[in-house]
Amino acid sequence: MPTVNPPDLTQSRLLQSIVEVARSFYGAAAASVFLVDDQTGDLVFEAVAGKGESSLHGARFPAGTGIAGWTVMCGQPLLIDDVSDNPQFSRDAAESTGYVPQSIMAAPLFHEGDCVGVLEVLDRDSQPRCDLGDLDALGLLATETAAALALLVRLRSLESEFGGDNSAAGMPLLRRVAERLPTASAQVSATVTKLLAMADELLADGGASAGAVGA
Amino acid sequence: MPSAAVPGERFDVSPIGLVTRDWAWGDADGSGVRVCLLDSGVDASHPLVGGVDAAMGVIAGEDGDPIVVPADPVDEAGHGTACASLIRLVAPRVSLTSVRVLANGKNGTGAALLSGLDWAISEGFDIINMSLSTTHDKFRDRLRELADRAYFRRCVIVASAHNMPVQSYPWPFASVISVASHDGTDPMTYFYNPAPPVEFYARGVRVRVAWTGGRETLSTGNSFATPHMTAISALILSKHPMLTPFQLKSVLYLAAENVATPVGGLHADS
Repeated sequence: MPTVNPPDLTQSRLLQSIVEVARSFYGAAAASVFLVDDQTGDLVFEAVAGKGESSLHGARFPAGTGIAGWTVMCGQPLLIDDVSDNPQFSRDAAESTGYVPQSIMAAPLFHEGDCVGVLEVLDRDSQPRCDLGDLDALGLLATETAAALALLVRLRSLESEFGGDNSAAGMPLLRRVAERLPTASAQVSATVTKLLAMADELLADGGASAGAVGA
Repeated sequence: MPSAAVPGERFDVSPIGLVTRDWAWGDADGSGVRVCLLDSGVDASHPLVGGVDAAMGVIAGEDGDPIVVPADPVDEAGHGTACASLIRLVAPRVSLTSVRVLANGKNGTGAALLSGLDWAISEGFDIINMSLSTTHDKFRDRLRELADRAYFRRCVIVASAHNMPVQSYPWPFASVISVASHDGTDPMTYFYNPAPPVEFYARGVRVRVAWTGGRETLSTGNSFATPHMTAISALILSKHPMLTPFQLKSVLYLAAENVATPVGGLHADS
């Protein structure tokens, strides 16, 4: 599941590119991605394009807050059109983000059945629009975003397993061999030791050859 | 409940004649129909809601398993209140019960959803509104069992279709009435969808709904189309109380805008 703290550089770049695409596609005042904090349920701004871009990253809102909270709850894309007519919402929004939108469109990000975040777009441009079409498109973009986040999680997992270094891809094998060697029979132990010595010589020769080719 | 257990035995029915919209729901106001709303709760004091007959909530019992208990008729999130206001708008005299299955603004647990649904079916509600779904596969089979049980107990589940490419439940089940949105403005206009699993399109775009703090807002989404279908179903059942879910769905089909009003000899595409 994507984490909200600490943000990964690749994840930040990915989410930032997505909110910039969303903002451009809809000609919106702002687009943002919230992720749900596993521990508290808080909604955390992970990426913002447009209004609030310089100040909102990392800002937190309690679970159930606003339209993003609705979206997390019901797991459905939603569009609210006249939020600024609600004084309570306007006051809360102005205090927390410095910007009071007229409309908010939001779609959930799912990961393994859980809603782990929300993709939100504020104030689309004034071009003639189909609300249902816009909402469907946002749902598709949210699905793509969630898939990309899931891929990142898998990549991180692989990096963790292999120490984040391709040249050390054989380390788990070597660790297993090192763990089992002391308990092996004398004959097997001698054979394995001999094989390891051969591997060592081979790598030394290979390194020299590569150096020679490269020179 | 139907009493016939052997072929040929007589039982109470609501005869279906020539189905017109007037036959289906003309002069109906939802009286006598009990609707259960599984959602985030309902603010019963909101003017557009006009009170609820009961408010329940799902909490963790002593053994940790979810149980349904009486709760205050409040709704911090507002989603359930919005849905309730739409049911009341179309079917003003229905008996409305709120069951809070979405807690603290977080994704409602599937266990709470199952518990609330199980309770509502056992209580014998005529209609259960579910403007929500779960995306957890592990709840699918149990939800399907509950949906089938409701279907054979004359308990109609009206559920929001998901307009994202994700697997979610219970809306795709054949035993429920699934609803997506059209962008018309008439709350009584709905369309049959000849390409299921979504079966009906109801009003779901720029709908004026109740919001938190006694306010109102304009909302778009399948969440808000579903209460329209719930309310229209309630109107039909208030005129024809013996309809089974199978028969109700047939009446909904026959009275749908694109079925009841053929265009040029062909039925209009939805």
